[in-house]
Amino acid sequence: MSTVQTEPGLVQGPTSRAFEMLGGTPLMWRLLSLAIFCTVWEIAGRTNFNWAFPTFLETMAALWDMLTDGSLLKAYTRTLEPLVIGLVISLSIGVGAGVLMGLRKDAEWITLPVFITMQAAPMAALIPLITFVYGIGLTSKVLAVCMLAMPVIAINSYKAVRNVPPSLVDMSQSFMGSRQQQVFKIILPAASPMMFAGIRLGVAEGFSGVVLAELLITPTGIGDLITFNRSIAKFDYMYATIFSIVAFAVITVSLLHRLETSIFRPEKRGS
Amino acid sequence: MNMTTAIKTQAETANDAIIETRGLHKVYGGGVTALQDINLSFKRGELTSLLGPSGCGKTTLLKIIAGLLEPTSGEVDVNGKPVKGPGPERAFVFQDFALMPWATVLRNAAFGLELQGVAKSEREDRARHYVAEVGLAGFEDKYPHELSGGMRQRVGLARALAVNADVLLMDEPFSAVDEQTRRKFQEDLIRLREVENKTFILVTHSIEEAVYLSDSIVMLSPRPGRLNRIVHPAIDRSGDPDLIRRNPEYLDLIDEIWAGLRAYVE
Repeated sequence: MSTVQTEPGLVQGPTSRAFEMLGGTPLMWRLLSLAIFCTVWEIAGRTNFNWAFPTFLETMAALWDMLTDGSLLKAYTRTLEPLVIGLVISLSIGVGAGVLMGLRKDAEWITLPVFITMQAAPMAALIPLITFVYGIGLTSKVLAVCMLAMPVIAINSYKAVRNVPPSLVDMSQSFMGSRQQQVFKIILPAASPMMFAGIRLGVAEGFSGVVLAELLITPTGIGDLITFNRSIAKFDYMYATIFSIVAFAVITVSLLHRLETSIFRPEKRGS
Repeated sequence: MNMTTAIKTQAETANDAIIETRGLHKVYGGGVTALQDINLSFKRGELTSLLGPSGCGKTTLLKIIAGLLEPTSGEVDVNGKPVKGPGPERAFVFQDFALMPWATVLRNAAFGLELQGVAKSEREDRARHYVAEVGLAGFEDKYPHELSGGMRQRVGLARALAVNADVLLMDEPFSAVDEQTRRKFQEDLIRLREVENKTFILVTHSIEEAVYLSDSIVMLSPRPGRLNRIVHPAIDRSGDPDLIRRNPEYLDLIDEIWAGLRAYVE
């Protein structure tokens, strides 16, 4: 029978693991692009093209300041509350509804139009409406997160289930797999890459939702830090807050990607 | 007919049939008749090819036998019992391999047993045996994307063998692999039949492949898919597999079948 030579480049090692952790781009390039970005920021800040635009170093100093005096941590605990609650709701309902729509025609007809409308409509425009109905409390903020995060999660889960190769489903059927085995052993693992892509987008949308809510409804947490520092013209603090929430969102979304690979797709690890 | 190959029309040979179809019709939604009045019997231990140009319903027929599709009317009997759906006595080999990309060769090969609820150590032992039998020993822990097309189909074959079904239903199993691999695969299949006492039903559009491998060839004509005729190649496959391809009976029968099918593609 045939033999296959493994290419030396494909052999797993500690270095390739490290590359994989960074999404396949060598660490050096990542750091270089980050360094270029920071340098451009620093130079742009120093040219004084806009008096409200701080330099990179000033921003980092402000960030350090807020980290050490605890104000950033306090703001994040406030912001995380509606974000986490909203994301948990969006994930459970979004994935659940999406998978159900993918598996059952009746669920598709009833539920899909709702999510398509939600995804197409500019949700930020509805935030004043939520405030009108639910007031300025936690409920409104949770709802804002859900409205932005849920549609993309649901629609991607639905499409992911629909795109499972039919021959895999036939295969499970021909080997006498039950419907339950078909769903859990074939459909969900096969749908997981696209489903997780939707979850990553949904989580990113959820961040937008919570920041929008905190800027538009009542200033609390991160939204409060941004509005407050803007109102007293401490722009380096304002930028530091924005920088921190962007970094936080990016890190969360990349961690989700790693979680997916380790749970569902063992074949993508280290290759 | 002055050929040494025995060519008979089917009608009388029904003794020891493992699968029988009676009056099978299949009409797809939209009014396309895929199969019309298919009456066939497949002998135990034989390799039967379903041969015909595309659109003749050969894959539809195979899927009906597998229980993956329901006929519009008519019946399929396996071991004398009517088919209601997939069963443990039939195993399917897919054209596109239908391997789970997230599972290793071993888990893929053991998947039929996994669905049946066979304990892990037992199903892995059995899968290991068949992975070795199809020539993939040493690849048990690889993932499908690390294998070539031909090797992937060997995993599909191992999976079908591992459930120990009486009948292997193969849907154009070699059409997605390159010509060299296909030839090797065909030779290996002849050798495998000497070890494994199974009934094979093979869908193919290759006349050469059908004649090379089959005990009987069922020729279907297209639109609507109907039984055209049944050929029984009497080719001795015991010796060097390469010699078959130079056997005059083999070559003559290919010409003969082509002459019969030509009308449908012109």
